[in-house]
Amino acid sequence: MTPVVFLPALPELFLALASLGLLLIGVLAAPERTAKGIPLLGALALAVTLALVIQAPAGRAEAFYGMFVTDGFAVFAEALVLLAAIATLLAGLRFNAWQGIDRFELPVLVLLSVTGMLAMITANDLISFYIGLELQSLPLYVLAAFKRDSARSTEAGLKYFVLSALSSGLLLFGASLLYGFSAGTSYEAIGHALVQPDAMTAIGAVIGLVFLLAGVAFKLSAAPFHMWTPDVYEGSPTSVTAFFAVGPKVAALAVFARLAFGPFSGLAAAWHDVAWLLCVASLVVGGFAAINQTNLKRMMAYSSISHVGFALMGLAAGTEEGLRGMLVYLGVYTFMNLGTFVVLLGLGRDGAIAESLSDLAGLSKTRPGAALALTIFFLSLAGLPPTAGVFAKMFVLLPALHAGMPGLAILGIVMSAVACFYYLRVVKVMYFDEPGLPLDADVASGTQQAIFALAACVVLFLCVIPGPFLSIAGAAAHTLFP
Amino acid sequence: MSHLLSLVIFLPLLGGGIILGLRGEAEAVARNAKWAGLWTSLIVFGLSLLLWTGFDTHAPGFQFVEQAEWVPVYHIGYHLGIDGISLFFILLATLLTPLCIIICWDQVKVRVREYMFALMVLETMMVGSFAALDFVLFYFFFEGVLLPTFALIGIWGGPRRINAAFKFFLYSLIGSLLMLLAILALAYHLGTTDITVAMTSTLSPEWQYWLWLAFFVSFAIKIPMWPVHTWLLDATVEAPTAATVLISSVLHKMGAYGLLRFLIPVFPEATAHFIPLVFALSVTAVIYTSLVAMAQEDMKRLIAYSSVAHMGFVTIGVFTLSQQGVQGAILQMLSHGIVVGALFLCAGVLIDRTNTREIGRYGGLAYVMPGFALVFMVFTLASMGLPGTSGFVGEFLVVLGAFEVNTWVASLSAVSVVLVVCYMLVFYRRVVFGTLVATDLRGLLDLSWREKLVFAPLLVLVFWMGIYPASFLDPMRPAVTALISRGIGGVAHSETASADVRLAAISAKVTP
Repeated sequence: MTPVVFLPALPELFLALASLGLLLIGVLAAPERTAKGIPLLGALALAVTLALVIQAPAGRAEAFYGMFVTDGFAVFAEALVLLAAIATLLAGLRFNAWQGIDRFELPVLVLLSVTGMLAMITANDLISFYIGLELQSLPLYVLAAFKRDSARSTEAGLKYFVLSALSSGLLLFGASLLYGFSAGTSYEAIGHALVQPDAMTAIGAVIGLVFLLAGVAFKLSAAPFHMWTPDVYEGSPTSVTAFFAVGPKVAALAVFARLAFGPFSGLAAAWHDVAWLLCVASLVVGGFAAINQTNLKRMMAYSSISHVGFALMGLAAGTEEGLRGMLVYLGVYTFMNLGTFVVLLGLGRDGAIAESLSDLAGLSKTRPGAALALTIFFLSLAGLPPTAGVFAKMFVLLPALHAGMPGLAILGIVMSAVACFYYLRVVKVMYFDEPGLPLDADVASGTQQAIFALAACVVLFLCVIPGPFLSIAGAAAHTLFP
Repeated sequence: MSHLLSLVIFLPLLGGGIILGLRGEAEAVARNAKWAGLWTSLIVFGLSLLLWTGFDTHAPGFQFVEQAEWVPVYHIGYHLGIDGISLFFILLATLLTPLCIIICWDQVKVRVREYMFALMVLETMMVGSFAALDFVLFYFFFEGVLLPTFALIGIWGGPRRINAAFKFFLYSLIGSLLMLLAILALAYHLGTTDITVAMTSTLSPEWQYWLWLAFFVSFAIKIPMWPVHTWLLDATVEAPTAATVLISSVLHKMGAYGLLRFLIPVFPEATAHFIPLVFALSVTAVIYTSLVAMAQEDMKRLIAYSSVAHMGFVTIGVFTLSQQGVQGAILQMLSHGIVVGALFLCAGVLIDRTNTREIGRYGGLAYVMPGFALVFMVFTLASMGLPGTSGFVGEFLVVLGAFEVNTWVASLSAVSVVLVVCYMLVFYRRVVFGTLVATDLRGLLDLSWREKLVFAPLLVLVFWMGIYPASFLDPMRPAVTALISRGIGGVAHSETASADVRLAAISAKVTP
């Protein structure tokens, strides 16, 4: 028997061990030292993992008898997840202390969840994928309900748990169907069985595929599997919502892409339809539902649904160009969305989170820097120049045109016009309205400012010089096309 | 390769960045912001004059070209260049910006730093859109105009400013997004977004029609053409004077410039096909808005309606596709840019003093403000197209060009020349002549030295363009000739163009 190869999985293993180590430290050390120490150590562990991911030798490498695979695509997605996690941990420090949820379990749970995401991204087998998925989800349920004495927070956690459990069931059912029709759980085996399936296998595998992708779409919060998103976003503590908005989506989309271009490449027509349907539904639902929201977190929830729609547009095109567009979109989305939430993390009034639209009134006078950064993020989310959001949209719209889907591109444009309205309304409130009651000063921190300023700079920079990022994403996408 | 053009475009942005970084006492910051903005815009104007002096009048094609890769994968480039058409629009934008800063010197009292920043960003975007030779770059500048204008209207505007700002933004945005879609489709067909490449390639007629319509709607909103002009009324009425001037003087021209730069050369066959549509819309605009202008009691609205009517003239001239018509249209645009800007400044002068836009509240100002009455008269006459002023040459050439193509269009547009006289003269009479009834008008001061400083260059230009238009017509001739030969080619090839249009095109080809 060949020895176990585990070196390619070094980053994931390191992160898993680090989170366990942090858990031990948290239990043994004095509480007053863990409140700040564990998040910082956690961020450090994530940073080391990021370095390990980036430093890993280029090219495809398998580990654990083919259960695990790492390649350029995985590195790209993992880097985004890790960056998002580091930023949310650091930016949430002050917020968590202010909300009284600065317990050491929070960063440990984030780390465990990130480990699950990395496992999902690098899975090369339905079993390792499912383990990764559950490892990602379980800490998220707890994180959503982390503010135990808040009814909204516990409601968010419970809602997420119940619906997520259902979706996991769907996913498992799909996976077992696929196993039944292809006699294997590894992506290669499934792909091999589906290259030229007989009629029976084709039907069964398509049913399995639809169930499996429905489960993924749930984690992705793509419409029509989005019902949980607004409530969970609104109920969770903002520091957790910031993490929700980026990490799980990147991981789920990466899995979707890996499945689509790997094992399901024989069923291209089937998954194209699924991606197309999810894309259209997400664009429409996300766009129109956000118009009436006055709670910023709910608005961002719907906005994230519509952005998932845009990212799926790249996938629906079904080409390498489209996948590249999707990766660029995810990258830009990570920065603009994180930036938005980090700004929101610094807003509180009378000890409560300031999360309604009217709380932002006159922000340009009280906190000009935050208002300017938020304006940049909203412009980018709306896809207006001079921000990276324009190119992000362009790079998924063009592949859709190339793939002969002008209808999808037109829908995308129409929905971004709709989206402009509600993003612009926030800008209006910040700049045109008079400030209300003063904001609490003790929520905002220098770390937050540094992070959102950095994110704003990245969003502007990627607009001025988008070329290198596009080539990095292109190289990453290329690894899925041998 | 010189980087003069980039410098002219991005220097205001740099100035804006410096202005935004100003710190200290509120009063000092406001004063420094104003001076920084003024100096930046003056330097930019000086640099843009270098563009004019360095411009080779006889050379066809683009000059001061700068080219660099931007997104190599999709062949999107940073491509700048100007020809005789764009040169004067850049000058118009760089001239009006410092004048706007001077005129609003004492008007803006709150958030001066942000105000100057918005003006600087706006200048960058305006100049950039006249110099961009890449569709994506153009889109960036074209759309970049929206946000500073949105802020200018929404923060420093009148009572209904938020409504006006949203109306302006959403109207323009719909147009811009249609254009984005068309640009994506063009990128898909051509494999590049370079405008110079698009100008020499041929697209299938079906695609041309669709893309033409998408671009046209976008530009028609900016121009603004009837029936998508309604945003203008709210925007100009509510906006502060500087923004009103820039919207009506420069932003409208961006739309008309788009017609010249994209619509005709890139889609010649579709242009030929849609000429009757444009003529119909323009003639309606010219006559309808002139009639509406007669009934206005609000002076800013009246000028705004007259602006729509004048831009109707411009679109007629552009789509005659004849040398006289197109040159006349461009000259009319420049003249309109100066005259309508000056008229809004005149209105601003009055509104500053009395705080009312109602025409009926004025009368007999000639007694208390003789200097103002004189200046106002010159611009009123220029707006009517009196010989010797800038308005005459453009209008004359446009009507001349229109007669070659379509007698009906020419006759109907000539009718409007009479209508303009009706409402402008009545407007002038009601405000300046008559007896000085209202007691609060007795104490009005005549033009201050600052206002005189602003009106002086505009007066000079009005007469310069009226008496010796050759300094403006000569540099644009090669570019216009090239444009027309491309456009006429489209008309001659088009099977769907109406017979008389084609006949006119062919006859124009025979007798150049």
